[in-house]
Amino acid sequence: MSSQDPQLPAPGGDDRREQPVARTGMFGAKTSGDTSGYGGLVVRRTPKVSTPRPYGGPRGAAEAGEFDEVADELERALPDFGEAIERVVVDRGEMTFFVRREHLLTVARTMRDEPSLRFELCSGVSGVHYPDETGAELHAVVHLLSITHNRRVRLEASCPDADPHVPSLVPVYPTNDWHERETYDFFGIVFDGHPALTRIQMPDDWVGHPQRKDYPLGGIPVEYRGAEIPPPDERRSYT
Amino acid sequence: MSSTKYTEYDAYAADAAAEGTVYDVNGQDWDQVVAGAEDAGDERLVVNMGPQHPSTHGVLRLILTLDGETVDECRVGIGYLHTGIEKNMEYRTWTQGTTFCTRMDYLAPIYNETAYCLGVEKLLGVTDQIPERAQIIRVMMMELNRISSHLVAIATFGLELGATTVMLNGFIEREYTLDLFEEITGLRMNMAYVRPGGVAQDLPSGTLSKVRDYLDRMPKRFQAMRKLLDSNPVYLARTKDVGYLDLTGCMALGVTGPMLRATGLPWDLRKSQPYCGYETYDFEVATEETADVYGRYLVRMKEMEESLKIVEQCAERLQTVKGPVMIEDKKIGWPAQLAIGADGMGNSPRHIAHIMGTSMEALIHHFKLVTEGFRVPAGQVYSAIESPRGELGVHLVSDGGTRPYRAHFRDPSFVNLQATPAMAEGGMVADVIAAVASIDPVMGGVDR
Repeated sequence: MSSQDPQLPAPGGDDRREQPVARTGMFGAKTSGDTSGYGGLVVRRTPKVSTPRPYGGPRGAAEAGEFDEVADELERALPDFGEAIERVVVDRGEMTFFVRREHLLTVARTMRDEPSLRFELCSGVSGVHYPDETGAELHAVVHLLSITHNRRVRLEASCPDADPHVPSLVPVYPTNDWHERETYDFFGIVFDGHPALTRIQMPDDWVGHPQRKDYPLGGIPVEYRGAEIPPPDERRSYT
Repeated sequence: MSSTKYTEYDAYAADAAAEGTVYDVNGQDWDQVVAGAEDAGDERLVVNMGPQHPSTHGVLRLILTLDGETVDECRVGIGYLHTGIEKNMEYRTWTQGTTFCTRMDYLAPIYNETAYCLGVEKLLGVTDQIPERAQIIRVMMMELNRISSHLVAIATFGLELGATTVMLNGFIEREYTLDLFEEITGLRMNMAYVRPGGVAQDLPSGTLSKVRDYLDRMPKRFQAMRKLLDSNPVYLARTKDVGYLDLTGCMALGVTGPMLRATGLPWDLRKSQPYCGYETYDFEVATEETADVYGRYLVRMKEMEESLKIVEQCAERLQTVKGPVMIEDKKIGWPAQLAIGADGMGNSPRHIAHIMGTSMEALIHHFKLVTEGFRVPAGQVYSAIESPRGELGVHLVSDGGTRPYRAHFRDPSFVNLQATPAMAEGGMVADVIAAVASIDPVMGGVDR
């Protein structure tokens, strides 16, 4: 765990310059058409940050708050806390535990069953594809809600594209049945232990996983007053 | 045009070989089907209900295994209305995202927009800078939308049970709500009215008096609906103790909204995790303890009455609270105000005159913000609001660019629909319809 300034996102400087290159150039221009002078721009990836204590609460991190309570209780209830939790990020009043995937089920079970944590409701799984993060391209993001204590936390587990397996949370949160099918359908993350992991939104014989970044949008060009407008994924990108 | 030939795969032949006889019911051949089933000597019958069944709220497919009139097994097939809204949003600016997500749950468009915009504002860190007037308008629009959505829920429910009067009454009252939406936003549905930073435009003059008329009219109409349904013996017979799902079931299946409140748990995000200033409004959370279809109906009726109370408070505040309806920060706020012209709604003539006639900088600013959009610092948020169907959550990821890196919606219809087998299995076929209707799923939201 590298300690950072509590102000997220991470500060610039050497730490940022050591990161892998995410993108070069600007506006998505690949030819000489770019006369802006930004063609040589190099954008590096945001460093992986972790928040130091105190974590604070949803209102701010000036002093120890309910997020510290959650972390303390989880550390107490989970024998291999250091092994299971890669890092903790508190950002914009929300707390994220980055969980090593082999421990996801244990962490979720502890989160649900421990009376001082009691995250009894799971608001589902959302997949995110980061093609640049070698070895952790696919992320499964689980949102938990505790009605008892009225708080939310997030668990995030990652898996490499070559071995897209994450344990299923259906044994702990049956509501994740459809969420995991959806994440499998759109990202190709295989949830081990899911009772029937099939496609849910796309047709059963669909090839590919549409929400991945390497999957094109599939738009068609539109003719408008004689000019041809390219589909959205082929237009210039300003990011 | 190319002609398609289905020669490679004969669905019926394959299925008959694998699972037994398949009957294709086209209407007016029911006798043949029954005779055929009797000949086969099979007690269990698998029926495909939907995806084009009138009582499935759109394109929901239920695969029911029936033993006589009893449902042995119920499986739910969805995905017929998947339009890739989340994927599309990744290719449009943060502001354009509202135009997409408003089309998900088409009976509650304002909620989709607000949940999304609250997420964007949280990512930007400008939640505190949203003008008060914009917040009040958002709350008023949301509560009006809750009424219109619940009215459809009750109306279609009536229709599915065979009560056309309930359907007509519900839809007539909904029209009055949609008229207000049209007055305020220019559109009856899919308004894209709530935008990151505020709302698209201020209320047109004379709106508040129309809201007053609405507030005068609706309580009587709700009374009439209650008179029609609350103790109607036919309605009670179809709804009481039907589709039972208790608190444990709701927690396990992630069910929220009126279904959860009908089990007696007063969980409402407007109270427990307030947003848009809900903590300053006076209203009650409706609960029932029966955990059945009738209880859910009562919760919805009560919620509409409470929503009227909130709308009334909003109308009062809007008379005194003046000011902008878009964030002051010029780097985020949409540069133009909308106005209605002879050819429909568009940018206001004053703004056009300003950017085209007097200020080059304003033109550049307008162009940059409209084509490129604003940048959102990298990070992720989850923002949730209480939609008419339950917790509507938005998971937004930004990589620091002008477009969402990922936008995921936790639509309550999608989650609640998972509870169908739990409510339907072991019951009668007719109760399946009541159970599904009490979930009030909107397939646009389920499939996105």
